[in-house]
Amino acid sequence: MTIAVTKSRVEDKLYQNRYLVDPGRPHITVRPHEKPSANLLALTHVCPAKCYELNDKGQVEITPDGCMECGTCRILCETSGEIEWNYPRGGFGVLFKFG
Amino acid sequence: MIEEKFDAIVIGAGMSGNAAAYTMASHGLKVLQLERGEYPGSKNVQGAIMYANMLEKIIPDFRDDAPLERHLVEQRLWVMDDTSHTGIHYRSDDFNEAKPNRYTIIRAQFDKWFSRKVREAGATVLCETTVTELVRDAKDRVVGVRTDRAGGAIFADVVVLAEGVSGLLGPRAGLREIPKPQTVALAVKEMHFLPEEVIEQRFGLKGDEGCVIEAVGTTSRGMAGLGFLYTNKESISLGIGCLVSDFAAMMESPYVLLDALKNHPSIRPLIAGSEVKEYAAHLIPEGGYKAIPQLFGDGWVVVGDAAQLNNAVHREGSNLAMTSGRIAAEAIVKVKSRNGPMTKRNLALYKAMLDKSFVVKDLRKYKDMPALLHTNSSNFFTTYPRLMSQAAQNFMRVDGTPKIEKEKATTAAFIKARSRWGLVSDAVRLAFAWR
Repeated sequence: MTIAVTKSRVEDKLYQNRYLVDPGRPHITVRPHEKPSANLLALTHVCPAKCYELNDKGQVEITPDGCMECGTCRILCETSGEIEWNYPRGGFGVLFKFG
Repeated sequence: MIEEKFDAIVIGAGMSGNAAAYTMASHGLKVLQLERGEYPGSKNVQGAIMYANMLEKIIPDFRDDAPLERHLVEQRLWVMDDTSHTGIHYRSDDFNEAKPNRYTIIRAQFDKWFSRKVREAGATVLCETTVTELVRDAKDRVVGVRTDRAGGAIFADVVVLAEGVSGLLGPRAGLREIPKPQTVALAVKEMHFLPEEVIEQRFGLKGDEGCVIEAVGTTSRGMAGLGFLYTNKESISLGIGCLVSDFAAMMESPYVLLDALKNHPSIRPLIAGSEVKEYAAHLIPEGGYKAIPQLFGDGWVVVGDAAQLNNAVHREGSNLAMTSGRIAAEAIVKVKSRNGPMTKRNLALYKAMLDKSFVVKDLRKYKDMPALLHTNSSNFFTTYPRLMSQAAQNFMRVDGTPKIEKEKATTAAFIKARSRWGLVSDAVRLAFAWR
């Protein structure tokens, strides 16, 4: 058998998952800011679904569609008020087939 | 939406919530269980290994119909550097017993089964329902919940918070703190599918036998972390987790670590040719004994991951969750049977019972371990694994160097990396945290 495990992009990983997106109702939002704090900036690397990205102005933005609801960003940035974190409405969000 | 009052409301249909709901319902209590997922298990993530004894105490004949993957006959602990692994393997035919001790499971399937048992025991289970708030009376007692469904509050004598590690309700109601970055690990995992016979061949298994690998070392890039590989019937769960505080400080990406683990020469051949069908992420409470919050109050108890009941040293979580759910339920049943109100005073019985169980005893044993690993991660996860690999290779490579010189070189490498004092100090600290 050939051994071929190559580096995959996180987008390809998320593509395997099942989601029920709640349109127009993001369950996580980032508070407007001039410059991101160290923890907020870290989310652009640490978020396992790569939901957080830097925009042209160097601010952190979120697209929570691929969110796996792990809560890492909440642990790092909820107490400081930099993000607002809620669960999606009942039934929405990630739906693990295996878990 | 629901007018009637319940004896108990259980929030969450994971291991602890199902154990609590099942135990209370089978003792005749009127139980409502609320789950935000589309089905029980759809929000739950675990490695996953399930310990039979803890489930047996709840559902003795679970083996008859529970969806179990493989029972474990072999465990490998690997210390890894970039190109090697040094391993301790334990394999015993004794584990091929009539009632095996540990199984791999797939949580979405297992939780659906457990939830069916909960409903059969008489509880009402409502999915796709996110609890938004705890309801309190004038005396600040918890008396019910509000959900995101239409309709008013739902009332109960006691609310069991089985909302998991990222539970919002407890912290928002001021019952406990949000976990800290240094007391939770972020783990990511992929499900790799392979034909049954390929898995059996690669791991030397037959029938339902299973094997697990747990790996520490440079794979976590100096962070406190663990990689794992669990064999299921026709899939392999492969993942890695590290402390959130370490991830943030190092600005590492969990999926980069996972891909590196997949490409490690010791792991790559084991998953070659597999089809990945899911990528999951989850937090694991790692704070241990010192992170356990207040467990009970007027009208409420907290169980499982929400209560930080996880033994990181032994990678046991679901059994502590199930046991705390069962014990909380038994305490509630006891209070109820003598017509006692669900006051803080009466619910203290839950903590008293939990303190006597392995759950708290085990966590107390390792109470200093989380801090040790947190402050010393680069030594334990990078320096020592590299030294071990060099020592083993030095020992095994036959090249005409006299053995005495090889031994001296190995000793010198350890001293150079950590100094004599550092080696002794690490050993003593580890021994004290372990004892």
